[in-house]
Amino acid sequence: MKKDKVLRVLFSVSVFAVLLLLWEFCVGYLGLLKHSLPAPSSVAAYLWNSTLDLTLPGAILVTMKRLIVGYFIGIFAGIPLGMFCARFNIFNDTLGVLALGLQALPSVCWVPLAIIWFGQSESAMLFVVVMGTIWSMILATIHGVKTIPPIYLRAASTMGSKGLHTWIHVILPASFPSVLSGMKQGWAFAWRSLMAAEIYVTILTGFGLGQLLHYGRELLDMNQVIGVMFTVILIGLLVDKALFSPLEARLRKKWGIEGD
Amino acid sequence: MSLNKELENVTAKLWIKNVSKSFNSAQGHVQALSDINLRVDEGEFVCLVGPSGCGKSTLLNLIAGLDRPDSGEILVDNDVVKGPGRDRMVMFQEHALFPWLNVIDNVMFGLKLKPNLNDHERREVAKFYLHLVGLDNFAKSAIHELSGGMRQRVALARSLAPNPRILLMDETFGALDALTREQLYGEIQQIWQKRKKTIVFVTHNIREAVCLGDRVILFTPHPGHIAQIFDIGLPRLRDINDPALTSYAQQITSALKHHIGEVAE
Ligand SMILES: Nc1ncnc2c1ncn2[C@@H]1O[C@H](COP(=O)(O)OP(=O)(O)OP(=O)(O)O)[C@@H](O)[C@H]1O
Ligand SMILES: [Mg+2]
Repeated sequence: MKKDKVLRVLFSVSVFAVLLLLWEFCVGYLGLLKHSLPAPSSVAAYLWNSTLDLTLPGAILVTMKRLIVGYFIGIFAGIPLGMFCARFNIFNDTLGVLALGLQALPSVCWVPLAIIWFGQSESAMLFVVVMGTIWSMILATIHGVKTIPPIYLRAASTMGSKGLHTWIHVILPASFPSVLSGMKQGWAFAWRSLMAAEIYVTILTGFGLGQLLHYGRELLDMNQVIGVMFTVILIGLLVDKALFSPLEARLRKKWGIEGD
Repeated sequence: MSLNKELENVTAKLWIKNVSKSFNSAQGHVQALSDINLRVDEGEFVCLVGPSGCGKSTLLNLIAGLDRPDSGEILVDNDVVKGPGRDRMVMFQEHALFPWLNVIDNVMFGLKLKPNLNDHERREVAKFYLHLVGLDNFAKSAIHELSGGMRQRVALARSLAPNPRILLMDETFGALDALTREQLYGEIQQIWQKRKKTIVFVTHNIREAVCLGDRVILFTPHPGHIAQIFDIGLPRLRDINDPALTSYAQQITSALKHHIGEVAE
């Protein structure tokens, strides 16, 4: 089993290494396509230099700060709001319907409105991220609560649980699988919309990854464009592998949910 | 409160008075229970048997306080049942254990809602019941790691832990294989003798009812009512394979056929 996995990783790594070498050979050595594609070595050089002069780490920091703050606001507002919707029809018939509609709106579409409302400011960025997260969170929570097996609630009530206790100790944990998938979706929406917003809007208070990408284009610096794209991919992968995958694995292990 | 007091044997008598219950569903009006009268003594083990749809689960839910009767009332000792309460614990057909909690935390769920106990005492009580059902070594296990029989044992420990006076069991062993069931018949009888609970046990397996019950209450449907009551005068502990059960089981089966035949005509 273990050996099998090592072999698979090795295989995967070597395939990408060969592709990179091939790319390096074609572009860097043969000079093919050199006007539209930089060689991997020059992208690497850009990444190295911009790390040393701190532009890249700085941009990552700015972007992650916007993302994390907005994302957590979205989660911590979305879960209780979703619970209100699941519990009270007046919330479900208003906020629930609104969430359903707004979730269908690609979150990039919030950017123009954000700029009109908040100007070219951090608040605009935050707003876009929150809008990307919150509707998925509300919908996932509603779904989670509504699909709880009724027998959990009956069992809890015979043991003397009611009201707030049931919400905190039964409904919240029982809907966690759905909430987690909402968190994952919310993350994806927030991440994409923040990138779009940063590319679209220059904000003087902070220079994020999207803005770096934008200036790469303005300066026609392909190394920068590809280098930042690479960074964006890497962060996305890292969050998935370091945050969501372990959470899901723990959930599966604890609940005994089938799947790999 | 001292631990010994918490672990004291407690029991109650149950008095079901003129209870009726109907449902309005897509199929129309269903009279699930019609004028049920039944007294269950302190520490008695009664089994409700009858064909599907005769209102056994409905009656159990009414006793549990999960549902209200249309008319009539249910008394535990001298108190009218108005809702769920820790004096009556339910074991459902599916185990209903919480997958987000491990074994001992499941057992402690009801205990945590009991005032007058500190966390240490709660843990001791939970361990006591895990020992009683023979699962001392599985306290930290996840629910899905257990077999079906073990899950029902945890569910039993969880129901016993708040020290209810009445234990309500709804086809608790229905989903288990025959061998595991046989084992649990022995265990539940022993635990009942040790803990002196009043038990109302629902099943549609007549032999199981004869094996476990001091009395077997035969229900028939349309509308659900008590057709006949049988006293089972066999000594404990009873074994499900004991031939002595057979004559009782036959008697109840033919009574059931007789009553259902009556309805059909
Ligand atoms: N919540 C409900 N809504 C509508 N009808 C119901 C409801 N609960 C029970 N009934 C009806 O009441 C009748 C009795 O149901 P009940 O579940 O008590 O039967 P049972 O004896 O437990 O049957 P089984 O052995 O199949 O579990 C059935 O006809 C059922 O359809
Ligand atoms: Mg039933």
